[in-house]
This record gives sequence, C-alpha cells and structure tokens, in this order.
Amino acid sequence: MTLPDGRAVVEAREGDGATLSIHGAAIGDRVYTGAITFFALCVPLLLLAIAWEIGVAGWPTLHKFGFGFLTSSDWDPVKGEFGAAPAIYGTIVSSIIALVLATPLAIGVSLFLSELAPRWLRQPVGFLVDLLAAIPSVVYGLWGIFVLLPVLRDPVMPFLRDTLHLDKTGLFTGPAYGPSMLAAGIILAIMVLPYIASVSREVLLAVPRSQREAALALGATRWEAIWGAVLPYARSGIVGGVILGLGRALGETMAVTMLIGNRPEIAASLFAPGYTMASLLANEFSEASSDAHLSALMAVAFVLFVITLIVNGIARWLVWQVSRNTSGRTA
Amino acid sequence: MNRRILLAIPLLAAFACGGDKKAGGADSGTTAAASTTSGADLTGAGATFPYPIYSKWFSDYATKAGVKINYQSIGSGGGIRQLTEGTVDFGASDAPMTDAELAKAKGPILHFPTVLGAVVITYNLTGIDKALKLSGDAVAHIFAGKITKWNDSRIASLNPGVKLPAKDILVVHRSDGSGTTYIFSDFLSAVSTAWAAAPGKGKELSWPVGIGAKGNEGVAGQVKQTEGAIGYTELAYAKQNHLATAAIANQAGEYVEPSIESATAAAAGISSKLPPTTDFRISIVNAPGAGAYPITSFTWLLIPKTIPSAKKQKQLTDFLRWYLTQGESSAASLDYAPLPQSLIATLTARIDSIAAGTAP
Repeated sequence: MTLPDGRAVVEAREGDGATLSIHGAAIGDRVYTGAITFFALCVPLLLLAIAWEIGVAGWPTLHKFGFGFLTSSDWDPVKGEFGAAPAIYGTIVSSIIALVLATPLAIGVSLFLSELAPRWLRQPVGFLVDLLAAIPSVVYGLWGIFVLLPVLRDPVMPFLRDTLHLDKTGLFTGPAYGPSMLAAGIILAIMVLPYIASVSREVLLAVPRSQREAALALGATRWEAIWGAVLPYARSGIVGGVILGLGRALGETMAVTMLIGNRPEIAASLFAPGYTMASLLANEFSEASSDAHLSALMAVAFVLFVITLIVNGIARWLVWQVSRNTSGRTA
Repeated sequence: MNRRILLAIPLLAAFACGGDKKAGGADSGTTAAASTTSGADLTGAGATFPYPIYSKWFSDYATKAGVKINYQSIGSGGGIRQLTEGTVDFGASDAPMTDAELAKAKGPILHFPTVLGAVVITYNLTGIDKALKLSGDAVAHIFAGKITKWNDSRIASLNPGVKLPAKDILVVHRSDGSGTTYIFSDFLSAVSTAWAAAPGKGKELSWPVGIGAKGNEGVAGQVKQTEGAIGYTELAYAKQNHLATAAIANQAGEYVEPSIESATAAAAGISSKLPPTTDFRISIVNAPGAGAYPITSFTWLLIPKTIPSAKKQKQLTDFLRWYLTQGESSAASLDYAPLPQSLIATLTARIDSIAAGTAP
C-alpha cells in the first residue's frame, strides 16, 4: 500500500464519522437509551419469569399441602407425602453457623490487611484469601469428606462434647459420626469467608485517612482508632459483605450435600445430620419421575427463592439502617 | 470515531442477546435436531448405572456398523421423561416404567433388559476377615433401625464363631435418587412385609435411620471412615474398590457372596419361569435357584414399539440384535453381569415386533 493511498483511506473514515455524528446524534441517543433500558429490564423480567415458572410448577404441591408444606417434617417420595420444614431449617441454620464462624474471621483478616499488615505482606495474603473463592465447591466437598470429617470426628467433636462439656447446651450432643450440620456450617464458613473478607477489605481501605488521623490525634491508641473511628465508618459496607456471604451460603449445594448427612429431620444437636433445600433439590431432581415428586421439588425451589428474597430484603433494610445511623452520627 | 464505537457496543450486544434468546426458546428441539444432523444417528438418555457398559457398546458398535449412538446418562427419571416427550429415540432405566408412566407415553414402550446390576452390603468392622453372613430379615431390621448393635443376637446367631463388637451400627444410605436404592429397597420389600409397608420401595425413600451420602463413592467413603458403619453400593463399584461385602441369604436359605456369576444365576433362576408373553418389567430380587444372589436387578433399555423413521427403526433394531449377540460378552470385563443365555432367544424374538410408522 502506498502512502497516498493509505492517507486517502484515513481521510474517508474521518469524513464518514463526522457525518454520522452530525446527522445521527439524536437517533443515536435514542437507540442508546432504548438499548440500555432493554438491558436494565432484562434482569427483573428474567427474575419474574423464573419465579413464575417455578411457582406454576410447584403450585400443585403448595395447593395440596398448603401451609403444612412449610411445617411438616415428612418427606416421603414413595407415599407422596412432602414437607419441607427440615430442609428450610437446615438451610437457615447451616447459613447462620457459617456467618457466625466466618464474619469475625473475615473482619479480622481484612482489618489486618488494611490497617496492620506490612505492605509486602498485604498483596500475597489478600490474593490467597481471594483465591479461596475460586475453588470449585465439589473440591471443598471432597476436602471436607477426607480432611474435615475425620478431624471433626476425632478430636474436635469429642473435645467440644466431653472436654468443654458443651453437651449441656444441647447443641453438641449425640454420637460424633462426622457428617452433620456442624460440618456443613464449617465448610460454608470457609466458602463465604473470601466474599466477606474482600468486600470488607475494600471498604476499610476506602475509609479516609483523615478519619484515622483524627482519632490518633485525639490520643487514641491504634486499637481505639480502629474500633472507634475506622470500623463504624465502614460498618454498612461490611454488613453488605456479610449479606453477600449469606447469599452464597443459602444457595450452596454440592459441598453441603457431601457433608451434611442428608437427613430430613430437625435435630437440636449440631452433631446430628440435617438437610438443606439446595441439597434436597440436587439429590432428588435427576431421578424424580412422578408428577407429585417433581412438583414438590419445584415447590421447594420456590420456597428457597422466596426465602432468599426475604433474607436479602431484610439485609437491604439492615444496610440501610446501619448506613443511616452512621451518616446521622457523622453529620 | 469514539462516539461511533460507543454506539456500536450496545447495538452489537443487543443483537447477540436477541440471538441467544431465539436459540434458548426452541431449546430441546434444536439440540435434538442438531445432534442428529451433526453425527449421531440415534440419541438416547437415561440411567447412569449402566453408562460405562453402554458407552463401550455404543463406541464398539460405531466402529463396527458405522452407526453413531449418542447417550446422555442423565438418570433414569430424566430418561423416562425425555422418552415420554419424544426428544430421544430410546430411554434407559434402572427401574421398570410404572403403568402410569407407560400410559403417559405417546405409544407402547418395550423393555429390553441389557445387563444385571447387583447391590452389595458393605460394612466396616475391624478384626473380621470372613464375609459376614446376613439374612434378608436381618438386613431389613438393621436398615429400619430395629437392630442397633453389631452384637445383636439376630446377627450373632447367623455368624457362629465370629466375635462381633458391642458397637452401635451406623446406617449409611444414598441421598441422591438412584437405581441402586430402588433395587435395594425392592429386595427389602420382598423379604420384609414391615419394610414393604413403610418405607417401601423407590429411588428415594424416607429412611427410618442413618446418614445420607451422595453417590456410591459417598456411601463407600463414609463406611470406610466410620467403624461400625453399614451401607450399600453397586457390585461394580464394590469390586473395583475392594470393599468388604456381606454374604446374603437367598430364597433357598443359602448364603451367597455377590459376584457376576451369582447375579447371572439370579436372572437364570427367574427367566426359566417367565411366561412367553412377559413384558420383562420383572423384579428378580430374592430369586429362586442355586447360587442366586438375592439383591439383583435388570437394567433396561426403553424402546418405542413404533418408530416413525424407517431408517432409525432399522438402526435401532440392528443395534438391539448386536448387543444381545455380541455386546453381552464384554459386560463382565466392566464388572456387569451378563444376561443368562435362556433370556437371549426370547429377547431376540421380541425385536421383530418393533415396527416403523406412527403409533396408532
């Protein structure tokens, strides 16, 4: 290609672009707005479509068992009796255990990384924590079966029960077989930790320097500065991170299925096996052939959907409350 | 220039999005059609348990006859659903279709037993080298939670001279829906009227006691890790992983260890008594006959009696003849029990009733 030829091409392009921008601006803007609105609508519409589909498929069961579907513990595909209470209970309890274990740990990690860690350590440790989120859940499940369960069986569970005498609380009683609500909660805690930690870290790093400096200038110790000035400022963001972790914990399927013992029963002891809605679906969906069974599973999916929405709603409200209080205090 | 690029991005994305939606809308239809045109001549879906032997058969048959069969091991329930909806040419299942399921299908469906599956009872007791002997009744009581200690007299009396520990029994069962559970609960229902009343038989049960583990590997793993645990897995899995297995009393009261030969013997015991008009939807648990292992079952191919395309009808019936004459011999190499000879002739004769055309 000769130089004059090349130049000619370039000029033509520029001319073309100029005409478009003069004559097509209004149309372009309108198309752009339309396209963007379409994308924005896609997501809520998809959500509604999913809810509708699951709801319709689960309706025969919800209609037949009514409120009893939520309170009955009877899950018997052979007789066609379906009650989702143990799975609902298990989903919520395993998620709570996960958050109770993961939240302090995650906040600790992120405080260390944002406030205390030397610069050279910050990157590698942060990277490793984030890496936890990249591990497939089936790998967590296998690790749980081969490493976590044996450790829980001996020494952790006997230690909690017999040495610390926690059996008196009723939460740590019964035989220590391994697969249990506790095991599921622990694996979930490890899985949600990176989500909470990385959100908290970003939020803590975003706290203005002046906040810390002001506290230190008033004579606060490092600990007092973190506790009194940095954490309150970052609180709503950290709660948001916890909510993100909760979302993950509620829906996690594979690793939980492999560790929870899959027993549709409500037991007070965390050593006892349990069930979650997600593992119930994963376990039974592929082999369910009767209409009643399929519909019952869809109803479980619908309940899980609704519970997730409710929990997220509460969480939003919580974040809103926290951030309102914080901003009220700052003002 | 910049403005043009900015404009182009959402437009392109919109096109891409629209394209996706279109493809998604006609999902099952297009995939089935696509796979037929892009290589596979026949498509099937169903049971996961016989998948290793089926995939060997389909691969051997493709080399030999040049007919490609695409099989998706999505589970028996899914196979039956897809066959009922007509999205696959044939299905496969570990449990025979029920009358209700057959009534929903577009036309009559024939059951072709392919190989035999056996379910073994595996346990973890240190210091016991010989295979434990268990009667059907004892197994039912253990899994119902009525026998809770290993040194219970109902186990000890079957195993004179074996020192059984006073340990608690931990029952481990499958948590996922499975043909293995179906066969096992079919056996328990056959030997125990109490079990037949509740929990009964099915691919998923409401288990009276125990822990649910996912897959054969989950059950075997839990049993291996827990002293005093008992569970069940399929024979092939137990053989490949050298699990300790119990000898189970059969109908004649003889204690039989699970093996390919004893599974085939169970089918032979039943098939000699079959009426010529049988639809092969038969249970062979607790079979009569010498050396018959009692927890044994067929696994089936589900073939529509009328196949719309004459070409597919020929391809499918040719394959059925091939597996009955040639395929069976390779079953044992993958730890599946082959059908007894006495069944082959009856099944071969049944192939001729598969016709081309539309269902009446």
